[in-house]
Amino acid sequence: MTTGSPSPPTPPPDGEGSASPAPPGRRWREEPDEGRPATAALALFAREWRIARRIGGGASVGVVFFLILVAVMPFALGPDLNLLAKLGPAILWIAALLATLLGLDRLFQADHDDGSLDLLVNGSLPLEVAVLIKCAAHWTASALPLVVLSPLFGLMLAMAPGPLALTAATLAAGTPALTMIGAIGAALTVSLRRGGLLMAVLVLPLTIPVLIFGVAAASAASGGAAPFTAPFLALCALSLAATALAPFAAAAALRHARE
Amino acid sequence: MRLRAWNLTIERGGRRVIAGLSFEAPEGSALIVTGPNGAGKTSLLRALAGFLPIEAGGFALDDSDEERTVGEQAHHLGHADGVKSALTAGENLAFAAAMLGGDSSRAAQLAALTALGLGHVIDFPARLLSAGQRRRVALARLLVAKRPLWLLDEPTTALDAAAQRAFAAIMRAHVQGGGILVAAAHGALGLDDAQELRLGDIERAQA
Repeated sequence: MTTGSPSPPTPPPDGEGSASPAPPGRRWREEPDEGRPATAALALFAREWRIARRIGGGASVGVVFFLILVAVMPFALGPDLNLLAKLGPAILWIAALLATLLGLDRLFQADHDDGSLDLLVNGSLPLEVAVLIKCAAHWTASALPLVVLSPLFGLMLAMAPGPLALTAATLAAGTPALTMIGAIGAALTVSLRRGGLLMAVLVLPLTIPVLIFGVAAASAASGGAAPFTAPFLALCALSLAATALAPFAAAAALRHARE
Repeated sequence: MRLRAWNLTIERGGRRVIAGLSFEAPEGSALIVTGPNGAGKTSLLRALAGFLPIEAGGFALDDSDEERTVGEQAHHLGHADGVKSALTAGENLAFAAAMLGGDSSRAAQLAALTALGLGHVIDFPARLLSAGQRRRVALARLLVAKRPLWLLDEPTTALDAAAQRAFAAIMRAHVQGGGILVAAAHGALGLDDAQELRLGDIERAQA
C-alpha cells in the first residue's frame, strides 16, 4: 500500500529480512472474515444506542423538548379548539423539526472532541457507512420516540384521530430526511466550539421542502389544500434521497474538517 | 514488512512543519520520534495514520495488505483518548475491537485490561476513571485488535511508574513479535534498542 507522490525510490537491496525467520508481512495479513464489517456495524449501532439512552445522552431530552413546544402552543394561540385543530399538523411538524435539530449538533462533535472519530476513520467500515449507521442509531433513539408519541401530544391540540394518524405517518416518513440533512450540518460544524447554532442556521433552510410536503400531507385529512398521496410520496422520496446522498456529503465534510 | 517514508513534507496552516523527511523502520523495530515542542511529532504521526494531507513525498508499508491503507493497518493513539465516558471500560474496548477488526469477546477485554493492571475496572463507567486509568483503557485497545503498525503520541502521559513498566513490556512484545512501533516521546519509553528520529533540526539549520 503506497500513499503520496511521486513514486518512491527503489528500496535499498539490503538483507534485513533474513534476520526474522517468518516471511515478512505474512503473519499480519488478516484471514478473510466475511462477518467483520457486519460486526463493526452492529457494534457501532449498539454503542450509539447505549450512549443516547444513558444519562446525558440527549435522546429523552428531545422528547421532552417536543412535549414542551407542543404544550406551549395553546398558551400562545389561545383556547380556540378549532384553530388549534387546524394548526395541529403544522405545530407538530415544527416541533419535531426543532427537536430533531436540537440533538443533532453533538452527533459528530462528541466523537471529534474525545478522539474516537479516529477509530471510525481507520476502522473496518467505510466512513460513509459509519455516518449512515450513526444517523440510523440517532434516528431510532431520538426521532422514533417523537413519531410514536406525536398522536398523544396531538391530543393536547384537539386534533381528531384521522389527522393524528396522518401526522404520525408523515413524521415517520419525513424525519429520516431531517436527520440526514442535519448530519451534513453536524459534520460541517464538527470542529467549531459553538457549532450548534451555526448548524441550525445552515440546516433549517434545507429542511423547508421536507416541512412543506410533510405539513401538506398531514393537513389532507383536516381539509388541507392537497390530497394525501402526492405530497406523502414526495416526502418519502426526499427521505430516500437524503439517506442515499447525505452520508457522502457528511463523510467528505468530516474528512476535510479533521485536517 | 517495512515502514518507509520518503521526502515527506507536511504543512500546517501554511507553515512547513516537516520538510523532506525520509526514514525507514524495518519489521520488528521501534522508532522514537523526538524533538522540541512544535517540531511536528504529532503532525508526523497523524499524517502516517492518514488524518493529515501531505504536501510532497509519501510513505508506504511494504509487504503488507495491499487492500488497506497504512492507516487501516495502524493503531493511532493521539492526545485524546477516544474513550467514551458514558460507556464502561469493557464496552469501550468491545466497540474498539469490533471497529478495528479484533476480538470483541469479554475474555479479550479482560486480558488486555489485566495486562495494564486494570482488570478490576472492566465494568466501571469510564467517567469514573482517573486520567491515567482512562489512558490505560485507551492503551488496551492496542491489545484487543492486532495491527502491525503502532503510532503512539506520547503514550505514557499520565501513567504511573508501574503502568509505564507494564506498557514498556507490551511495546517490547509487539516489536519482538515483528510489529513496527513509531512513538513520539520525550523519554526512552523503556525500549533499549529503539532508533531515534530527531525532528526540528532542519528548521534550526535554516534559521
